[in-house]
Order: sequence, then structure tokens, then C-alpha cells
Amino acid sequence: MIALLLRDLRLAVRAGGGFGLGLAFFLIVTVMVPLAVGPQPALLASIAPGVLWLGALLACLLSLDRLLALDWEDGSLDLLATAPLPLEAVVTIKALAHWITTGLPLVLAAPALGVLLNLPGPGYLWLVISLAAGTPALSVIGTFGAALTVGLKRGGLLLSLLVLPLYVPTLIFGAEVARRGAVGMDTATPLLMLVGISAGALALLPFASAAVLRVNLR
Amino acid sequence: MTQPAMNSSLWSYANPRKFLATTERLMPFLWTAALICLVTGLVWGFFFTPDDYRQGSTVKIIYLHVPSALMAINAWMMMLVASLIWLVRRHHVSALAARAAGPVGAVMTVIALVTGAIWGQPMWGTWWAWDPRLTSFLILFLFYLGYIALWEAIEDPDTAADLTGVLCLVGSVFALLSRYAVNFWNQGLHQGASLSMDAEENVADVFYLPLLVCIAGFVLLFIALVFYRTGTEIRARRIRALQARERAGA
Repeated sequence: MIALLLRDLRLAVRAGGGFGLGLAFFLIVTVMVPLAVGPQPALLASIAPGVLWLGALLACLLSLDRLLALDWEDGSLDLLATAPLPLEAVVTIKALAHWITTGLPLVLAAPALGVLLNLPGPGYLWLVISLAAGTPALSVIGTFGAALTVGLKRGGLLLSLLVLPLYVPTLIFGAEVARRGAVGMDTATPLLMLVGISAGALALLPFASAAVLRVNLR
Repeated sequence: MTQPAMNSSLWSYANPRKFLATTERLMPFLWTAALICLVTGLVWGFFFTPDDYRQGSTVKIIYLHVPSALMAINAWMMMLVASLIWLVRRHHVSALAARAAGPVGAVMTVIALVTGAIWGQPMWGTWWAWDPRLTSFLILFLFYLGYIALWEAIEDPDTAADLTGVLCLVGSVFALLSRYAVNFWNQGLHQGASLSMDAEENVADVFYLPLLVCIAGFVLLFIALVFYRTGTEIRARRIRALQARERAGA
């Protein structure tokens, strides 16, 4: 398992184009927002948590099609499926690698981008907490979507259509934690729900991902 | 192919031929019953019920809105059950019925959203508000779109049935989660106005009885449409099998 994780991480870092792209996309989206809605500090401060969450979500989404497609193309996915490691563990590791290469950098970069959007002072901590609690769910759900569409020639758009509705609860609770944190309200309920979604998705979705992957591999 | 021992049970309809023969005999009755219920309910509702003292004649849109909204949710439930049956017992008719129900459910969702918007314009002063009910219905519509798109995208019918089946299961959980998340996210707005239709005691009998007839009509219409579309799917698959056999023979 560790070997597979290290292999995926090494591939993501060294293969070029995968690792930094999500972050760069996150930055671009954040820069585009003030250009689109105007530079008024009060407006930016009120939409900052939502925009940052949406940017992180889209950055996660864009990196999903590489998650399994490359292994599918060169056949290593078939080898992984026949390996002694259960396929459920393989997809969990894949999701973990995706989170480390995409989700974690987003969590760390979000406060810096918060400055660009004039995020209010108490919001930074809650933004980081909500992203740290929510992005694992995004990776796990995304792995399910990637497993569904892995055999398709042009799966990219379909992947977005399938995965985005599944992202709705995570987005709602995540952005709500960040928003409430920014205006100094109590964040306990949405944060608990967010963590619950992450934990539930992590516990259950790998079985669904492995099931659809088996169908796609037969 | 046929399994005479199972003839008396529901599972015998997993045989496409038996399914087609039975539904074909049922179809005229279903269509007629749906038509009678819809015409009776709608004419009764539109012309023979009094206007609401506050909402005027706009209240009459509930005869389309409520049944279509009900069927939009029940269609997904039916897809969920059919997908489960396919995943567990591998009955092809079941997978095809789930596929057939998808677009019907999507259309029901659109009808509910559009009639709601038409009602909301004079009543709430807006076509659209990010009310929990409205939002969760829009999300349900997105789930339908994804489900239909996945069916269309995959060529191998068994793979498509498997993948859409799992998507339906996972989607159900997330649709339910979204429903509660949305409730949490924007509570209070217009809640009273939409809730009053749920509590039966809030709707007077004069409105309630034609509404029941309309709901029955929509249920029958849904069943007829799903049977019809499932039959079409079975025949389409049969034609493809025949063509493949011909190519192989020639």
C-alpha cells in the first residue's frame, strides 16, 4: 500500500503537468473573480469564503480525469486489479494520493489567496479547517466519478456532470463553515456535518468505486 | 429460456417475452385509465373548484405541480429499486425499466420546476428563489441528467446497466444528503408557503379530491410511459441482437 502511494506521488510530482496545475488553476480562478465582480473590498470580503471553496472544488475536479486514466491506458490498472491488494484499498490509496497532491496544497494555499479576496481576519483559520475537513471528501467522491468514466473515450465533461451534483452537500457545508467563521458565527453544526460527510464518504465510497472499476475492467 | 416453474411469481416478468406480452395486454387499459383520471382531475380542478380567497385562480396550478413533483421523486425511487434488482438478480428487464424511467422522471422534474416558477411569479413576485425545495429539485434534475448521460455514453449494455445502477445507488444517498444540506443552508425562506401543500388538513376537500384524481392520473401515466419505453428498449435490443446474428451468419 505504501509502495503504491509513493509510486502515485512520485508519478504526480515527476510526470509534469499534474502537481502544480491544480494550484495554478486555483490562483487563476481567484484572480478572475475580482475582475468579474469588481474590486469593492466589502463585496469581496462577503463572497471570499464561497469563492475560495468553489475554486478549490473546481481545481479538484479538473485533476480527476488523470487520477485513473493514465493507469488505465498503460495497463497498470489491470495489474493492480490482479494484485493481492484488494481493489478497495487501491482506490482508497489513489484517492489519498490525489488528496496529497491536490487537496493538501489547496488547503495550504487558500489563506494566501484569502488575502487577495480581502477575507476577514477570523475567516482564515476556519477556511483552512473547513478545506482540510472537506477536501478528503472531494477526492474520494472524485475517485468514484473517475472510476465510473475511466473506460470512456471522452469522459471529461461527463465526469463533471456526474461528480458535481455529488459535491453539493460537501460544498454547502464547507462553504457554510468558512462563511460563518468569517463573520464570527458558531461553526460547530456545519463543521460536524462536513466531517461526517468526509468520514462517511471515506468509509463507504471506496466499495462503490472498486465495484464500478471491476465492471470497467472486465 | 423460459422458466415455467416461476410462472406464478413476480420474477416471471423478468422474462422479456412474458413482460412484453403482459404489458401489451395492459397498455390500452393503462392509457385509458390515465387519460380518464387526468382529464377528470384537471377539468374538475380547473373549472369546478372555487378560487382560493388569497391566491385567486393561480392556486389551480397545484393540479399539475404537486403530482409532477411527486412523480419526479417516485421515479427516482423506482429507478433505485429497479437498479437494485438488476445488481442483485441480474434481470435485464429491470435494468431497462430503470433506463426507461430516467427521462420520464427528468421531464416530471422540469414540469414541477416550470409550473412552480409560473405559480411563483405572481405569488412570490419572482420566478425563482433559492428556497430549499426549489434548490433540491434543481439538484435532483442534475442527478437525472448525469444518470441519463451515463446511459448514453457507454456502449456495452451490461456495463452501462452496472455502472448506472451503482450511480443510482450512490446518487440516492447524495441526493438525500443534498436535500438536508440545502434545508440547513437556506432555512426559513418561503417555507410556510410551500409547506401548506404538504399538510393535508391545510388543503380543503374541494381542492383535495380533484388533486387526488390528478395524482392517480400521473401515477398511471408514469407506469404506462415506463412500460411503453421499456418495451421499446427490449425491442431495440432484440433488433441489435438479430443484426449481430445476421452479420455473423453472413
